[in-house]
Amino acid sequence: MAEKFTVVTNINIAKDVFLMQLYGNTEKITRPGQFVHIELPGFFLRRPISVCDLNGYKMTIVYKVFGDGTQYMSTLPAGTVLDVLPGLGNGFDTEKSGARPLLIGGGVGVPPLYMLAKRLIRDGKRPAALLGFNSADDVFFKEEFERLGLKTVVATADGSMGVKGVVTDALDQFAFDYIFTCGPLPMLKAVYEKTDADGQYSFEERMGCGFGACMGCVCKTQKGYKRICKEGPVLKREEIVW
Amino acid sequence: MVDLSVTLPGMELDNPVIPASGCFGYGREFADLYDINILGSFVFKGTTKEPRFGNPTPRIAETPSGMLNAVGLQNPGIDVVVKQLAYLNRYFRKKVIANISGFSIDEFVYCAEKLNDVEQVGIIEVNISCPNVHGGGIAFGTDAKSAAQVTKAVKAVAKKPVFIKLSPNVTDITEIAKACEDAGADGLSLINTLLGMRIDLKKRKPLLANKTGGLSGPAVFPVAVRMVYQVYEAVKIPIMGMGGVSSAKDVLEMMMAGASAVQIGAAGLKNPYIFKEIIQSLPETAEKYGIKRLKDIIGAGH
Repeated sequence: MAEKFTVVTNINIAKDVFLMQLYGNTEKITRPGQFVHIELPGFFLRRPISVCDLNGYKMTIVYKVFGDGTQYMSTLPAGTVLDVLPGLGNGFDTEKSGARPLLIGGGVGVPPLYMLAKRLIRDGKRPAALLGFNSADDVFFKEEFERLGLKTVVATADGSMGVKGVVTDALDQFAFDYIFTCGPLPMLKAVYEKTDADGQYSFEERMGCGFGACMGCVCKTQKGYKRICKEGPVLKREEIVW
Repeated sequence: MVDLSVTLPGMELDNPVIPASGCFGYGREFADLYDINILGSFVFKGTTKEPRFGNPTPRIAETPSGMLNAVGLQNPGIDVVVKQLAYLNRYFRKKVIANISGFSIDEFVYCAEKLNDVEQVGIIEVNISCPNVHGGGIAFGTDAKSAAQVTKAVKAVAKKPVFIKLSPNVTDITEIAKACEDAGADGLSLINTLLGMRIDLKKRKPLLANKTGGLSGPAVFPVAVRMVYQVYEAVKIPIMGMGGVSSAKDVLEMMMAGASAVQIGAAGLKNPYIFKEIIQSLPETAEKYGIKRLKDIIGAGH
């Protein structure tokens, strides 16, 4: 059956961005970059949110309030029990990583890179982080990445923190041999065009079921069509069709 | 013990619960979660003569008590599907229902002929009501004469019983139903999705790339019950009822309206375990209403 998860904390960490910790059976979550699909009372479709961190049965997710569903989610108090489909999607394949991977995140594309960074460090890699936001108010997790020992550079569109501009304006501050990236489509495309390093790109799409049945989130790739929720959300660089 | 078994032309079902076309793929994703042999049967994803990628994304939008979809009949084409069906019995041993669609009568006929020799297919469900493709699908299902032509053409070649899947996007569904019956249909499936739209307030544009999509989920349940009820009175052939069914009580209600079996779609996209949960709770729910044999309540609401 779907798993029951209990809200432990649900706190505001940046403008419209919330960090929620949940307690439940996380055994189906095996890779960073996978997502959980959360049922919210009163809403027909579940909300797909990427896993940010795992600590035994404690799972952390970070989400942004975009619409009525996430607005409602931000009001949930500790103790709320939620129906969750855990461990969906392929996630990042860390075995393919080079020795010095660069993790590039944009907005709420940043959270899955945190669990990824921990996994890469465990594997003996030396990751660095490049995080893009619109403004200083939106920035989160800079210190968390630094605490893991990653060289971390923030870019903001309005220049209110770090490098003024988008993530690709700060690429020259890093030496890297591999890319892991997650964020809005224009950012992913810019990263793809400005670099030639091998890498993995995590995509976002409106989903129906989240487990491969409805064909709601299909995209074309070099290897035929793929379901973002099932064969994705992570595509290898050579698979991508823009 | 409540007897859950029901009968459709050419098929004896252990229970009336059938995942609907387009909401269950070919069953593989669900078979990974639990043994799907508990199902009465299932309808596989709508199949056309040629492979189709379907519509651009976004294809899905949420609605009050339901969802819109505009997938647009994505499928690998009937020839590939027929080959894949050879492996179906590795995880599903019962007969399945094939769903076919087309952009011309010849395409429907081509698909039906290809399925003649697939032993595991028990019934062919002919989709003349897909609202998400242009120049096909629903064009056949909103006009009694065209619906009858498709029915007649498919019946002429099919060796399996033929059900016609009807659209609710018509003024009088009984007129189309009767035309299909007169043209030789062995049964009817209803309802397909209702045509709908959502607009993104920030972008000031329809949310779906296809602009319109088919509404399904609990929001459409009373519409489906009403249409099954009306069609049951208009024809003598059996009906598979569907549209927003989400619980064992809904299954009973749909059967009382006139359905011999019940398909479940959107509810299974929200909760992949719903089919199993409904089948498991059907006996207890039936008992609560004094039902000993589900067959006894088909059309009991009339």
